[in-house]
Amino acid sequence: MSETPAGGWVVVAWAPDVYGSVALDWALADAERRDRGVVVVNASRGDALVDDRFALEEQVSELERRLTESGRPHEIRQSIDPDVAGAVLDAAEQLEAKLIVVGLRRRTPVGKLLMGSVAQRILLGAACPVLSVKPGSVPD
Amino acid sequence: MENFELLMGGLESALTPMNLLYAAIGVLLGTFVGVLPGIGPAMAIALLLPVTYRLEPTSAFIMFAGLYYGGMYGGSTTSILLNTPGESASVMTALEGNRMARAGRGAQALATAAVGSFVAGTIGTILVAFFSPALADVAVELGAPSYFALMVLALVMTTTVLGTSALRGFAALFLGLTIGLVGLDLNTGQPRLTFGVTQLVDRLDIVVVAVGIFALGEALWVAAHLRRRPAHVIPVGRPWLSRDDWGRSWKPWLRGTAFGFPFGALPAGGAEIPTFLSYLTERKLSKHNEFGKGAIEGVAGPEAANNASAAGMFVPMLALGLPVTATAAVMLSALQGYGITPGPQLMTDHADLVWTLLASLLIGNTLLLVLNLPLAPLWARLLRIPRPQLYAGILFFACLGAYATNLDPFDIGLLVAFGLLGLMMRRFGLPVLPLILGVILGPLMETKLREALTISGGDYGGLLNEPLAVVVYVLIALFILGRPFIARARARADESASVEDEKEQVH
Repeated sequence: MSETPAGGWVVVAWAPDVYGSVALDWALADAERRDRGVVVVNASRGDALVDDRFALEEQVSELERRLTESGRPHEIRQSIDPDVAGAVLDAAEQLEAKLIVVGLRRRTPVGKLLMGSVAQRILLGAACPVLSVKPGSVPD
Repeated sequence: MENFELLMGGLESALTPMNLLYAAIGVLLGTFVGVLPGIGPAMAIALLLPVTYRLEPTSAFIMFAGLYYGGMYGGSTTSILLNTPGESASVMTALEGNRMARAGRGAQALATAAVGSFVAGTIGTILVAFFSPALADVAVELGAPSYFALMVLALVMTTTVLGTSALRGFAALFLGLTIGLVGLDLNTGQPRLTFGVTQLVDRLDIVVVAVGIFALGEALWVAAHLRRRPAHVIPVGRPWLSRDDWGRSWKPWLRGTAFGFPFGALPAGGAEIPTFLSYLTERKLSKHNEFGKGAIEGVAGPEAANNASAAGMFVPMLALGLPVTATAAVMLSALQGYGITPGPQLMTDHADLVWTLLASLLIGNTLLLVLNLPLAPLWARLLRIPRPQLYAGILFFACLGAYATNLDPFDIGLLVAFGLLGLMMRRFGLPVLPLILGVILGPLMETKLREALTISGGDYGGLLNEPLAVVVYVLIALFILGRPFIARARARADESASVEDEKEQVH
């Protein structure tokens, strides 16, 4: 773990899909602007045999490359955790993060009722500001 | 050609809309349980047993046959796309199949597995139709001593061939034989191992034992290892084969069938050895030098061998009443549930059932090919089901089934006890098959043993007064003496072809 950057840390709830990718875009933009470091959290409940949102080694090294290119201090945390939102919140609390970034999917209220949501749990549980972004948006 | 006519007659009665529906349900359910590692056709049939007691035996067996073949096929999908073979028979498929999938040839691997299974299953079923009646004719003449010897052979072979350790095999076998002893002694009417519990006098219901060991044991085992590093399914489109793939596949299919069927029919049981032999043969014969990088022959051969041995299993089951796999054992107990005595007389007393069953195997096989080629990508999605939900469903059916057998809460208690036993067996690496065979064959063996001893007036020499019995005992002795050599040859071969261990992360 590198020194805490001057502006503190940004925590990204990341998965190898469009939501993770747009969240990472915004997190890097914010880190650039405010001299912050980026901590990427990728977690899975690990109770199904297959979970596409848990990154493979290739995807992690791809992520690592992108973070290195950005030149910001960074760290990748991958874990198997029954509570995926909890893994993100724990990281934010431990690092006293200044911001959490989550990629959000569009859902109807009924869909929300049925599926629950990691993003919602993060929004409700976070102590710091949370930036939620949808695919298609570009950091200005 | 008489057998052929009988088979056609069976086909006629199997081709009713109702029976086709049961075949389709069986095939779909079978693929479902086959795709998910840890759940196999034996568990599925055990869970379905109480449900099917209301059905005609023919319909139930049509469904079971579909389930069995479907389970065999489903296992190959998981092996190829995920590299987690659900059972020992698919280990060899995983070897080349997963490499093919990683090289972007997953669709071809799935297709050669599906068509190979179809070819091997069809040839195998036709061979069953021709061999079983002949074998049953011979078997009717056999006396109790020969029968007893054959059962000992089946138990010794399955116990020592499968699994890593003969000691563990025998431990499981004797556990099974002991469970088979519980209840009223049929000759003297004495209660044995009942500990004064009235419910135990009635003998243990095989449904409760099988569901406890298979379903509950597996559920507890999974619960203990719930969280693990998830994998990714390699995306594939619709399976298809190019001309070149057909050309490279058809010979391995036929060779695999030739390996698989005899091994399936022998009491040595299981598809582990023939799939392995088929893999080695194809590797030796291959002109393409692609083995280790995803050779289509390495999927086609073992997958055909796997299904041919699945078909071969029906020969001893139908002709002799001898189960050699866990699924056959559960199917046999289903027969007993209908009040049908398995044995050589089955072919004549219940000819319609047997021929309809064989015909429905052919139908199930065709349905598998038709359904599974287009559905393969859908089956792969099943692997995303979170296990807590999946096993909750299984536990629900397990408890329902155990309770439904006698409508007695005592059976739920028994179910839990056997579930814990199943968990312990998995924990300590005891194979499940010898236990189930012991439970089912134990009482049959005892009957034959006592019959033989009654005839000879209590003289143990009476066990040897049939030539076949003597031959079988000699075979058993040779086998036990030769075991160290077989084990060494296998260890050497295993080194050359080892599968990646599942990465397991327990929290």
